[in-house]
Parts: sequence; structure tokens; C-alpha cells
Amino acid sequence: MRHVDFSRNETLVALVILAFCAAATLADPAFLSMPTLTDLLRGGIVLGIFAVAALLVLISGGIDVSFTAIAAVSMYSTAMALNTFAPGVPWGVAFALGMTIGAGLGCINAVFIAGFGLPTLIVTLGTLSMFRGFMLAFIGQKQITTLPSGMREFGRMMMIRGTNPDGSFYSLPLAFAFLVGAVVLTWVILHRTMLGRQVFAMGGSLESARRVGVNVKGAQFFVYIYVGALAGLAGVIHASMTRVANPFDLVGLELSVIAAVVLGGARLAGGYGTLTGTLLGVALIVLVRNSLIVFGIPSTWQSVAVGVLILIGTGLPAWQAKRAAARAA
Amino acid sequence: MRNLNLAALVASPEARLAVIAVVVFAVMSALSPDRFLSVQNLTSMAFQFPEFAILSLAMLLTMLTGGIDLSVVGIANLSAIVAALLLTAFAGPEATGGAAVLWLAVALLAALAVGAVAGLFNGVAIAVFGLPPILATLGSGLIFTGIAVALTGGSALMGFPGVVAFLGNGTVLGVPAPLILFALLAAGMAWLLGRTAFGLRVQMYGANPLAARFAAMDVTGLLIRVYLLSGMLGALAGMVVMSRANSAKADYGSSYLLLAVLIAVLGGVNPYGGYGRVIGVVLAVLTMQFLSSGLNMLGVSNFARELIWGGLLIFVMIVNTRLVYRPRAAAKPGPSA
Amino acid sequence: MSSSHAMPLISIDGVTKTYAGITALDDVGLTIGAGEAVCLAGENGSGKSTLIKILAGVERPDRGRIGFAGVEQGPLNPRLSAAAGVMVIFQDFSLFPNLSVAENIAFSASLASHRRLFRRSPVRKLALATLNRVGVDLDPDAPVETLSVAHKQLVAICRALACDARLIIMDEPTTALTEREVRVLLDIIRRLKADGVAVLFVSHKLAEVLEVCEKVVVLRNGRKVIEGPAAEFDAASLTRHMTGRDVAETPPDPVPADAPVLLQVRNLTKAGAFEDVTFGLRAGEVLGISGLLGSGRTSLAKALFGLVLPDGGIMTVGDHSVPLGDPLAAARAGIGYVPEDRLTEGLFLMQSILRNVGVGRLDAHSSAGMLDFAALGRDATDWLRRLSVKAPDSAAPVRSLSGGNQQRVVLARWLARNPRLLVLNGPSVGVDVGSKADIHGIIRDLSRRGLGVIVISDDLPELLATCHRILVMKAGRITGEVAGRETTEADLAHRLAS
Repeated sequence: MRHVDFSRNETLVALVILAFCAAATLADPAFLSMPTLTDLLRGGIVLGIFAVAALLVLISGGIDVSFTAIAAVSMYSTAMALNTFAPGVPWGVAFALGMTIGAGLGCINAVFIAGFGLPTLIVTLGTLSMFRGFMLAFIGQKQITTLPSGMREFGRMMMIRGTNPDGSFYSLPLAFAFLVGAVVLTWVILHRTMLGRQVFAMGGSLESARRVGVNVKGAQFFVYIYVGALAGLAGVIHASMTRVANPFDLVGLELSVIAAVVLGGARLAGGYGTLTGTLLGVALIVLVRNSLIVFGIPSTWQSVAVGVLILIGTGLPAWQAKRAAARAA
Repeated sequence: MRNLNLAALVASPEARLAVIAVVVFAVMSALSPDRFLSVQNLTSMAFQFPEFAILSLAMLLTMLTGGIDLSVVGIANLSAIVAALLLTAFAGPEATGGAAVLWLAVALLAALAVGAVAGLFNGVAIAVFGLPPILATLGSGLIFTGIAVALTGGSALMGFPGVVAFLGNGTVLGVPAPLILFALLAAGMAWLLGRTAFGLRVQMYGANPLAARFAAMDVTGLLIRVYLLSGMLGALAGMVVMSRANSAKADYGSSYLLLAVLIAVLGGVNPYGGYGRVIGVVLAVLTMQFLSSGLNMLGVSNFARELIWGGLLIFVMIVNTRLVYRPRAAAKPGPSA
Repeated sequence: MSSSHAMPLISIDGVTKTYAGITALDDVGLTIGAGEAVCLAGENGSGKSTLIKILAGVERPDRGRIGFAGVEQGPLNPRLSAAAGVMVIFQDFSLFPNLSVAENIAFSASLASHRRLFRRSPVRKLALATLNRVGVDLDPDAPVETLSVAHKQLVAICRALACDARLIIMDEPTTALTEREVRVLLDIIRRLKADGVAVLFVSHKLAEVLEVCEKVVVLRNGRKVIEGPAAEFDAASLTRHMTGRDVAETPPDPVPADAPVLLQVRNLTKAGAFEDVTFGLRAGEVLGISGLLGSGRTSLAKALFGLVLPDGGIMTVGDHSVPLGDPLAAARAGIGYVPEDRLTEGLFLMQSILRNVGVGRLDAHSSAGMLDFAALGRDATDWLRRLSVKAPDSAAPVRSLSGGNQQRVVLARWLARNPRLLVLNGPSVGVDVGSKADIHGIIRDLSRRGLGVIVISDDLPELLATCHRILVMKAGRITGEVAGRETTEADLAHRLAS
């Protein structure tokens, strides 16, 4: 065990989470309970998968704001397609379809970014609008309240189910396993494959990566397709859990997700970021969203709280870096 | 002569854009001549675009420095809500005459002050604390929107004196008031960028921030002023939106952020900083308005418009990267070794 | 030393390369044997970078033959060159700051092996073995961004070795190293040579590495002007061959005895950079500050212009003290600064020449915020003319100018402000010989007109040609002072190094 490093974002975020929980428990002893935990975990599933995707892009030196639109399109078209053509297929088929659609849309991002060499923020702002516009104009705008049976069934599958002494129920959906799966798979890719190391290398220095012979375009294609597939997965999970496919859902979350990832220590300039930090960032944001009320702060203030977290979470390291640069010169 | 013109067309993004604007106008006029060219449509267009056009001016200014202001829409709504709170508290729908005008002026000043403070906040975060503009304005945008939600509980504020409608719906000598406001602001911005030391410094800073520091430029003050101005432009846009909608709400104009970025890029502004002109932004605004009204008349849904906008943004970037700012695109900002 | 009659590792013969009608390399030949170290010397634009690129397979020659180990090669590409063991270490090292030392060292080798999975233990093992081979003790787990420049260079050398380098090409290897670090580097090079690895040093400043080299090749304007055993060269003869002439410059006129003191620096200190620096400068005086890299000369230069905030000390210009750490205040006090790295710190490359000059005079030509463009243009044009900047169109981007003219643009920017004192950090770095003499002429002219000039440089002939006095810096302290007329290059070099 290495010593605790307080300049790391992970440590800071973990401490803030602990402090938040401690304070919340003091304010309301009922806070420390299984239902709070399962609510937190449940609330973190879709955000968490998104964040893992966003982390990968940030590490590679890019930024993607289109993943929520990819998720919405994948979710809605999967539900629509299955309802029309094969309402009875098992949930695995829905997941595969959603992820395929997501990967396809991610591939469009990759064509513009890797193929044409355009800035990632502008491209994904554009495709965010394109994907969503295409779905709402040509696929549909009405929410689908009767999901295909596979998705409905998945939404009812739980990993953990229980009752508290006070009689309240808690449960953790099976979908949580997919978050765990996404994290594990992404960890393996990032840390145990050459492809992952090349993604880190690109983010560290694109020019050096080119010089030592990294297939930069290939790696970018992988990143955006993988992110698309993860977004597709998150979309289908979101619909299954909420039991409705609402095309207006999800879009708008992208900046909060990126905020969570940056809070966890990833840098916009690329090359840095950990899954631990990312998950802690997501946990903090979900905690603030779910539990601000414990302190008597109305939920209308939650976006202020998230904004403050982003500014502090990115401002502290930026300020430190600036001071360090001034000292070093 | 012809060759010269042709060369100029390829060389300058503004000239290319002027052609695009004319072509879009011509195509839309040809597709629905009676409706697109009708006086009613032309005036309604003149009422519609100023609000996002003002936001685009703010985007132009921040993008010139190589930054971005993702909080402008949040600032617009927060400023409008503060103005609306003042108006509903002190004037109300029945106020008329001098008192109403006075309260409108107070509300306007209050909105501008909110915009200035919000912009100052961004400027300090970016210039003093060294936050990347994307993150700083992303975070502050959430805060501004959040405060707006908290102030209103998320619902719309209404019940203003009749005079408030003038800003967004009135006319002076038959010219829509918001159009006049935008024309003044655009002219002011063109003057600022083209005729003042500040404007030249903004462009030089955007071209090479490090060299600006080595040339003894007051970089911190410059950036703070840029974001402050951007915030005040956001406040004015918020007032126009409020006046046109006759209400203020925390989530108005959420699609305008993308639109403002799109217009800036379409207008030839280099997102890496250092190049951008007001005329380009004006032409881009007109193009977008022609496109959006025309498509509307052809029965194309709002959502298809989003699709077209996104596609257009990427298309323009492809053209501009190939022809205009290729040399700088290679230089990735950020740490290397 | 390896046998010279064996098959050469690399042989180049009759290589010619033109870019858009300009001949970058003209019929150049070169051989490098295994375990041999060769100096490839030349000024900027002499064709040495083109030669590197051709060897690395990045560029294809128009004509000529390239042989690896006696086998003539077809068209090369980077992969073929790398497979043959030709590794280039660029000036910026091309490392990944976010990855560990071990991973940086093993990266290229792992890529070349086409393995898909990544495991830490073999990477560490390879890294440690390579570090061991060069005899360097570095923490393999440290992130590269935390290393010093010298250590980064070692990591880059190790990375090349981990790919079974037979020839390591080093681009400007010593520019960023301190004297001790250069010695460490030379020891490593000796080890490598004993191991049979060949080294090609490419630089315009090679005196430091001559002692480990067998052979020197000098390029000028794309042609090989001389080749011979390293023992036959010294710093002066290298310069002569690179520039093609003996640049005889007249030393500056003496400073008038009654010239007032312009600048007083007292006890200027910045922890880790410079300590207790005290000196004065009179109007019309040119003061040289020299020291090896790492001596603190660049930090001191920046501190004089407020770009670095010292921990303590006093600076006065005339009778007024200048607030420290504030470039605006320094500029107001009449101090100008011409940076070392013209391209990133000095110029707005994509902006016009006129704007690059005018940016220093914006306040003077604006009233109530309005800028008088006509006056600004006249002002700038005037200075461009006085410094004889050769530019067909002052509205053209400044990047279209040659290095010498670009440097004059930066000078013009400051001179237009009518400064009392100019700090020139490396005034002729990357400038061709002719322009260099012209810039020295400008410096002499400025001093005649009563300006104080501080020249910070490690180019000793330049200091001797321009300065009245030269301060020698070592480890952050001023360790000596010599009068420009009373010293020689050898004496100065000795003072710097001892």
C-alpha cells in the first residue's frame, strides 16, 4: 500500500465522499442504510457506463459529447425495431442490437475524427445534433411505453433483493453487473493490451505516437466505436430500468458525465485518467444528486452543487499546475 | 478579373459563406416563392434570429482567444430571470408609462450586471486560476442554470409590463427592435475587433498566447475582459428571449448553445483561436435563418433541422480545415513532455 | 575502436534531394562503421535534417544509394529503417510524458513485436536490462514527465537500444544538457560503441562531443564540404567549415566614460535557478551573460523581464525600482525582451509581419481605444526598413520570412517602443551566418545610440564580437567577469567549464 497522496484527485474525491456521507449520517441517521446504497448504485449504472466511455475518449486526447445521443438513438431504435419485427426475442438480442447500432454511430464519429482529422469537440457537437435530429425526425418522437418483452424481463431481474428491519425494500438490478463488466473490460483493454497502451500514448503525445509507429487512426476508430457500443449498452439498460424508451431522455447528461470523469482526475489534454477516479467521480455526482435533500437543501440546487464540484475539482489541479509552472521557470 | 474573384472565393471563408447564403436564399425562394419571399416571413425571420445571433457574437469573441464560452445560455437565462424577478416584484403587468419604462431600464441594467459578474467569474477562473475554458464554462454554466432553477423553482416567470415586449417584438420605423439591437451589437463588435487595440490584442493572443505574454501583453486582463463581454452579450440575448417569450425560464434556448458554436464555426472562426470576423458570423446567422425558415415552410420538422445543422457544422469544418486553418490544426494544445 | 576495413554498417552514396526546386542535399556520401561515432555538423538549412529523414526512411532521396551492412536498399520506409536498427532520437525525444520510464523504453519494441497483450513484467525486465546496459540507475516506474531533460534523453536512448539499435542518430543531443550531463552522456556513448552500436551526432554545436567521435563530416548548403578524423577538428575549425568563412567582427566601441548607470540589479535570487545576482549596466553598454545550460542564465534573463518571479532582490532602471515578476511593469520601465525560442515565444506566426511589429505599439497609437492603423503601419514599416527586413509584403504572415528576418521582426517590435534596455536571449539562434553578422551590427549600433543591451548566449564568438563586459554564470551564481576586449574564446570557454 502506497502512502496517501493528497494531490491526487481520486484521494480528494474519496475524502469528499466520506465527508459527505459522514455529514449526511449526522443530519439523518437513516442515511447509512442498504436502501441508500442500492439507490446510489442503481443511480450510477447508466452514468457509470457513460463515464467509462467518456474516460476512454479523454485518455486518448479527445472529448466526446455525442455519446448520450448515441445512447438515445440506440435505445429508441432497438425498442422500435424489436417491437415491430421481433417483440419476443430474449434480452440478449436487444443488448446486441443496441450495442451494434451504437458502434455504428461511433464509427461515424471516427470517420470524421480519424479520417478527416477534425477537432473532436466540434465533430461530436455536430453528431450529437445529427443523431438526435435523425431519430426525432425519422424514427419517432413518441415514447415507447410497452417495451419488447426481453427488455421488460431484464428490467425486473435483480442481483440483490432484501428488506430492512423497518420493512422498507431494497434491490439492486442485474444491470449493475453490466457496469461492473464494462469497467472490468475497459480496465483490461487499457492496462493489459497494447491497444490500450497506445491509447494512453496517443493522449500523452500524439506526435510521439505517430513517430514511434502507433497506428493513430486505427486506435481512434477503436476508441469511438467502443464508446459507441458502450453508449448503446447504456441506452438499452436505461430503457429497461425505466421501463420506457423515451427519445428525449439521456441527451443533456453528457456534460455532467464528463464532469464526473474530470473530477476523477482525467485531464482534458489527454493521457491521464483512472477507472477508480472515474467511478468515484460518478459516485460523488450521484450522491449529490440523490442526497442533497438530506441537508435540507432543495433538489433545485443540485446542478449548482455539481457545477461547484466541477470548478473545484478542475480548478485545484489547474491552479496547482500553474503555481508549479511558475516555480519551475 | 474573373480569375481574381474565383481566387478570392477560395481564399476567404467569408466570401465562400456569402455565396452559400445567397444560394440558400435563392433555393428557398425558388422552392416556396410565395411564402419564403413574403413580407410576413421576412419580418418574422428578422424577429427570430437576433437572440441566437447575439449569442454567436459572444462565441466569436471567446473563440478568437482559442477558448469557448459554454455558459452563455446559462448566463442569458439567469440574467433574464433576475430581470424578470425585478419586473414582477416592482412593476407587474399593470404598470404603464414612465414607471414601467423606468423599471425596464432597471431590469435591463440588472441583467447586464448579472451578465458582467457571471462573465467576470468565468474570466477569473480561466485567466487567474488557469482552468481550461471548456471546463470552467461548463461548470459555471451548470451553476448559473442551477441558480436560475433555484430562484424560480424551475417554472416560468411571467407578468411583465407591456413595455417589456418592445425589446423583442417592437419595431422602430418598421424595423424590428431586436434586429436593431443586433445590428448595433454586431457593428460594435466589428469596431471593437477591427478598430481597437483590444480587438487586435484578442486576435494576437488567440494566434499565440505564449508570444502574447512575451510581448508584454496584459494577458490576464485581456481574458477577463473577453469573458466579461461575453457574459454581457449573453445577458442581452437573455433579455431579448425574455421579451419575445414574455416570460423567463431556466431552460429556455437550450439548443442555442450548439447553434452559437455552429454559427461561429460556420462563420469561419478558427476554434483554435486567432481568426474570426463579425461579417462571417453575420453571414452564418443569415444562412442558418434562411435554412431554418425555408425548411420550416417545406414542412421539415424542427428535428430534421437539428440533423441538418449538425451535418452542416461538420461539413463546414471539413472545408475550412482543408482550406483555411490547416497549419494550426496540427498543433495540439496541451502538455507535451 | 572498431576496425575500419570491415563492412560499413551504413553507407550512403551520391544522395541528392530537392524540395520544390531547392536542393537540400547534393551528391552527399557518408559511411558509418559498427561501433563508430560520427559528427555530422552543419548550420540550420545545411541539409542535415534532410539526411536524417532519409536515413530514417521518412523521406526518399531523388538519387543515390543507401546500403545497410553492405546490402543495397530499395526504397526505404520508417519500418524498414527501424528493422535495420536505424533509430533517430529527435531533439524533443518523442517520449510519452504520462507513461512510466519502463513503458517508454519498451514501447517501440513491444509495438514491433506485434504482441496484442501487454504485461508489465517483461516490460520492466527489458527496461531494467537496457538501463543496465547503459549503466544508468533510473526508477523504471517513475512517470517520464517527472524526469530532467538529461534523464529523458537517456530514456530515449534506452528506447532505441531496446529495439536493437545498430545506429543511433542523435539530433542536437547536447543543447539542453549541463556540462556534467554531457559527460555522463559521453560515457554512455563510449559503452555503446564498445557494444558495437554506431552513433551519429547531428548538430551545429559539436565541440563537446568531438572527443568520443572518430569522424567528422561537415555539410554546408546541402553539400559535403569536408570529412576527416575527429582529431583534426576543433571548435573553431568546425565553425569555419560550417559557415564557409572566418567571420571577423570588430569589437564594439568603448562605452563613454560619463555614461550613466541604466540598470542596477541587486541580490536577485530565485531558489533553484539563480542566487544573489548583482550587476550594473551603463547606457550604451553591451553586457554578455554566459553560462552552460542549467547555469541559470535563461531563468535570469526571464526574471529581468518579469517572466519569472524571483524570491528576492532589487532591480532599478534609472532612478525607479521595477516591480519584479511583472512583464508589463518591466516593459513600462523600458525593458525589452527578445526570447530564445522565436517560433513559440517570439512570433505570432500566422499573423502579418506588420501586426507582429505593431503589437508592441498598440497603446501608443490608440486614443480612447481607437487604433490609428495608418500610424501604426507607418511606424512598423519604418522600423522594418531601418532593420532592413527583406519582406516583399508586410501584410504577409511572418512565418513566410527567413529566420534572420523573423528575428529582426521581433527586434523591430521592441525597438519601435524606444526601450532603454534590451535583453536578448540567444539573439542569433537559428539564424544564418550572414544575418548573424547583421544582427551583431544592429546590437553595436544600438549601443552607440545609448541603449543598454544584455546578450545572453552560449555562443562565445558572438559574445566576444558584441559585448563590452561578459559575466560568467555557474550553478546560478555569477562567478566571474571579463572585459570583452581582454579575453579570448579559449579563455572564456575555460572559465565557463572549470
